[in-house]
Order: sequence, then C-alpha cells, then structure tokens
Amino acid sequence: MTRSTINISTTAEDHHIAKLTALAIGLHIIEAVIPSPLPGVKPGIANIVTLYVLYEYGFATAAWVSLLRVFASSLLLGHFLSPTFVLSLSGAICSLAALYLAQQLPKKYFSAITLSICAAFAHIAGQLIVVRLWLIPQTGVIYLIPIFALAALIFGLINGLITTKLINQKS
Amino acid sequence: MSRLPYSSDTSNSHLKPLIGDWLVIIISIVAVFFMFQQFWSFEHASQLRIRQGNKIIGTYDLNQTRELHIKGPIGESIIVINQGKVRFKQSPCHNQYCVHQGWLSHAGEVAICLPNQVSLQLLGAKNTYDSLNY
Repeated sequence: MTRSTINISTTAEDHHIAKLTALAIGLHIIEAVIPSPLPGVKPGIANIVTLYVLYEYGFATAAWVSLLRVFASSLLLGHFLSPTFVLSLSGAICSLAALYLAQQLPKKYFSAITLSICAAFAHIAGQLIVVRLWLIPQTGVIYLIPIFALAALIFGLINGLITTKLINQKS
Repeated sequence: MSRLPYSSDTSNSHLKPLIGDWLVIIISIVAVFFMFQQFWSFEHASQLRIRQGNKIIGTYDLNQTRELHIKGPIGESIIVINQGKVRFKQSPCHNQYCVHQGWLSHAGEVAICLPNQVSLQLLGAKNTYDSLNY
C-alpha cells in the first residue's frame, strides 16, 4: 500500500461531522433526483439532519454539516459554482442564521417544529433574494412568493415533526 | 462533544407541537394567507391599450361593448371589448394563439398576435409590471 504523502490529522469530532454530513449528502442527492412540479419547490429533507445535529450536538456542528453538505452535494451533482449552487448556499446560510436566532427561544414552549419552520422560511427567503437580485431581476418574481412560502410552511412542518420523532426516539 | 440539555426535556412530548409551535404555525398560516392576498390579488382592468407594430393604436375604456378592426402586416385582427373584458375574436395568423387565449379582464394581462404585430394590454388604476413594460 502506498503511503499518503499528505497527512491530515483528524479529530474524533471531524469524523463525527463527516459521518453526519455523509448522511445529509445522501438525502440531498435522493431529493435531487425526485422531480418537482415547480423548480425550487423541494421538501428539503437534508435539513432534518441539520436540525437533528443542532439538537444533539449544538449549533457549530450543525453549521459545519449544513455547509459541507451544500459544497459536497454540488460537487457530486456537478452544480458547483453554478446558479443552483449559489441558491443552495444562500438558502443554507439564511436558514442557519434563522436557526441560530430561533434556538434562543425558550425550549419549554418551542420545539424542533418551530426551528424547522423558521429555517424553511429563511431558506426560501435567502433563495428568492438571490433570484431577485441576480438571476431574474424583475418584479415578476413576487408572484412566486406565496407558492414558495406555502411550500416552506408545509415542508418545514413535516421536517420538524420528523426531527421531533427522531429526537424522541434517541432519548 | 457536549450534548445540549434540551434533547432530554422533549422526551415527554411525543410528536406533539408545544404551545409556541402552535403560535408559529398559526402566524405562518396567516402570513402565507396574506401573501396570497397581497401578491395574487389581481385588480380588474379599466382600460385597454392596443399596439400595432411599435405604435400605440389607442387606449380604450373597457366598460363598453365594441368591436375593433386593427390592420396589421398580414391582415385584419378583430378585437372585441365586452363590458370589462376583451379578446381577439379573429386573427389572420396561422396558429391562432391570440384567439385561444380567450377573454382577458385583469390589469397587467396581455395577449399578443406576433404574426400580425398586434398586442392588447390591460391597464388598471396603477400599472403593474410585467415583461412588456419592465
């Protein structure tokens, strides 16, 4: 066996993030092959992993998993640095920002469902901002907002319920 | 790596949204509802603008019953205004897309007959944006 000339020392935490990211990438790619009636309306099942990680391991790990997932999936799907990738990244950054704020809410009253819905709305908001500023610089984009918002609400709720179930099973 | 404490206190709630979740869900539903109202409320048009080639043929009131004959490069397009709505009744074009588009009544709607270079554009109180006047 040839010995690798580059030796990157990894910690147990790195391995852990890598495993969780692999799971998220898998879900992301499964989702990419599911046809959607309207481009952009997707269930965002990879966010379940982000949410689960946020609850189990904290925000920093969740941010790593989410951003690594965006980069790695785009490389695997051949979208890297394309508009699809930029949309994916802007959505991920916005939803992480929303998660950071939403996790400050009292846990007694707000569960993963709230976090999931907030993340879903932030995700689509981030994407629509990029679409409006860069891809389709027209006011006509506003007609799409209600559809995307409705999709974000429905899928955010479903993902939140799945995450709640996963957390409950774990503990 | 430290496990955050809040994974444990959800153990008693089995898939049940908490009170705050219900609040978020209700606020979201209301917000989405208002978005539909805000962005999808198409006002009824009051006026019709007809263009032929690159000039405006005229702006007509929609609250009337009237038939207009517009001459274009391949013939005559017949446009019917009928109390708040308008359509291409007849067109000399090959594929008849303009005729099949049917009645238009909302501000911002357009029907175009490309072969005959005739377009109908509906105007409301305030002009909405679309690809024609962007």
